Amino acid sequence: MIQARGLTKWYGATLAVDGLSFDVVAGRVTGFLGPNGAGKSTTMRLILGLDAPTAGTVTVGGRAYRSLRRPMIQIGAMLESAGVHPGRSARAHLLALAQANGIGRRRVDQVLGLVGLDAVAGRRAGGYSLGMTQRLGVAVALLGDPGVLLLDEPVNGLDPEGVAWIRTLLRSLAAEGRTVFVSSHLMSEMAVTADHLIVIGRGRLLADTSVAQFVRSSSAGHVQVHTPQPERLAALLREHGATVDATGDGALAVTGMEAATVGELSTGNGIVLHELVARQPSLEEAFMTMTRGSVDYQPHPTVTAESART
Amino acid sequence: MTTASGPSPPPVAARPDRSRSLAAGVARSEWTKLRSVRSTYWTLLVAAAGMVAFGALLCASFVRSYTDHAADPAGFDPAGYSLSGFFIAQLAIGTLGVVVITSEYQTGSIRATLAATPQRPIVLAAKAAVFATVAAVTGIVASLASFLVGQAILSDKDIQTHLSDPGALRSVLGCSLYLALVGLLGLGIGTLIRRTAGAIATLVGLIIILPVLVQGLPVTWQDTITRYLPSIAGQVVIGHTRFTPPGPQLTPWPGLGLFCAYTAATLIAATIALNRRDA
Repeated sequence: MIQARGLTKWYGATLAVDGLSFDVVAGRVTGFLGPNGAGKSTTMRLILGLDAPTAGTVTVGGRAYRSLRRPMIQIGAMLESAGVHPGRSARAHLLALAQANGIGRRRVDQVLGLVGLDAVAGRRAGGYSLGMTQRLGVAVALLGDPGVLLLDEPVNGLDPEGVAWIRTLLRSLAAEGRTVFVSSHLMSEMAVTADHLIVIGRGRLLADTSVAQFVRSSSAGHVQVHTPQPERLAALLREHGATVDATGDGALAVTGMEAATVGELSTGNGIVLHELVARQPSLEEAFMTMTRGSVDYQPHPTVTAESART
Repeated sequence: MTTASGPSPPPVAARPDRSRSLAAGVARSEWTKLRSVRSTYWTLLVAAAGMVAFGALLCASFVRSYTDHAADPAGFDPAGYSLSGFFIAQLAIGTLGVVVITSEYQTGSIRATLAATPQRPIVLAAKAAVFATVAAVTGIVASLASFLVGQAILSDKDIQTHLSDPGALRSVLGCSLYLALVGLLGLGIGTLIRRTAGAIATLVGLIIILPVLVQGLPVTWQDTITRYLPSIAGQVVIGHTRFTPPGPQLTPWPGLGLFCAYTAATLIAATIALNRRDA
């Protein structure tokens, strides 16, 4: 269980994390989502006591990380950059961390096997591929067999096989009753991995909800209607409080109204419909809609294209 | 590395042995880190071999230009002179002391280290203890070898001394202590500065450049200041070497004590900085 309360971090004049409060509970995979630069890695660093919050608190199992003795037994972390000396082997890297936490040598060999690095464990980490380095990061997190796992962008740089492996691993860890907190800027990945989402943008909490609820509540959902009388239908629906946009070729995008209501209103007023579709946004679209206002550096063409459509 | 292993099997217990002290575990961890990179061995080899070779060269050159009436035998310290190669060794060991911590910042492994042991003062203390031990052992080996080789060369003109002669053993042991302290000073400076190049430049500036700069001051100022400079105070215990500056000096052990105090102050500042700053 991870608890953040009013967590705030300033780096000089830059506000990286802005009053975040959330709970990460055990037994499910919680996705930590946000565009690049949203404050995900900073939040991870605050949880691990690497950086000190400017205000607010964050605890792991009710205690501040820096008060934990041998923390790897309770919380295992995979940081964004692996942080391995290029001249040191994976085995020596893991052994040093194990010794600092009183973990036996046998467990080092065990996690090396678990992540599939046993064949290269004696080689210098400088020669590892990105995928191997990511696997070493996962091995570090699993080393203390902790009840809480924190992984910062674990699928970055992995091949499809590796991505599938991480997904299965995270799900099975959560199924064992562990707390699993995974950051990502990839919605599509979280859609298949996470049960619950904590979404941030510009350091602020945007959503703390289940994946299904997140998609349902997103304003990106709409009803698509095809009719030979678009002007009449648009006027009618607007009268009843819906927002209607013409999407070209006679189609209308209706938001703020259920598909059933659209059908009832058109039938009751004798308007012919050729098509009536309730469009659930993909998680990706839901995410884009929610974070649009909170992306730090947007390329200008995208901004104009998006605003021209809405 | 093409096989993806399946979902994790039920993990086998990784429960720690809580009877062992945290500091001992962290020290073992630091020992593993130090011995698992090749640069450690290379640097220590350069320190030891460089010290012996440079010391031998200086002794040989002294012997060649030595005539009975040219030099004043009373002012010559064969033990100290044979240890003049410390000048090379201090650079290598000081650099290693810096790199022990700055390489962690450079590679990002400092975050893994501090996440594994959030008790940061213990991390720095363990690093210091492990590194100082390694540096002192290397220092003893290199000093003893330098002494023996140096005396063999000096015996050519019958100006050698013996380990059992007064002060000779102090020179050899003192030299290894001085080298270990330079390494610790490097560790402290490296922790404060966090960048390899900047920290090495600062260390070299402090122990080598600063005494040279002071030579540019008026003689009375030189005589007042020079003996209290960290490296000059620390080197008195080695004896009169090729690099001993002119002018009054502290006595051996108080000099080494003063160098200890400078190093301790640096390490205390480093501990406070490490504990307070974001990693």
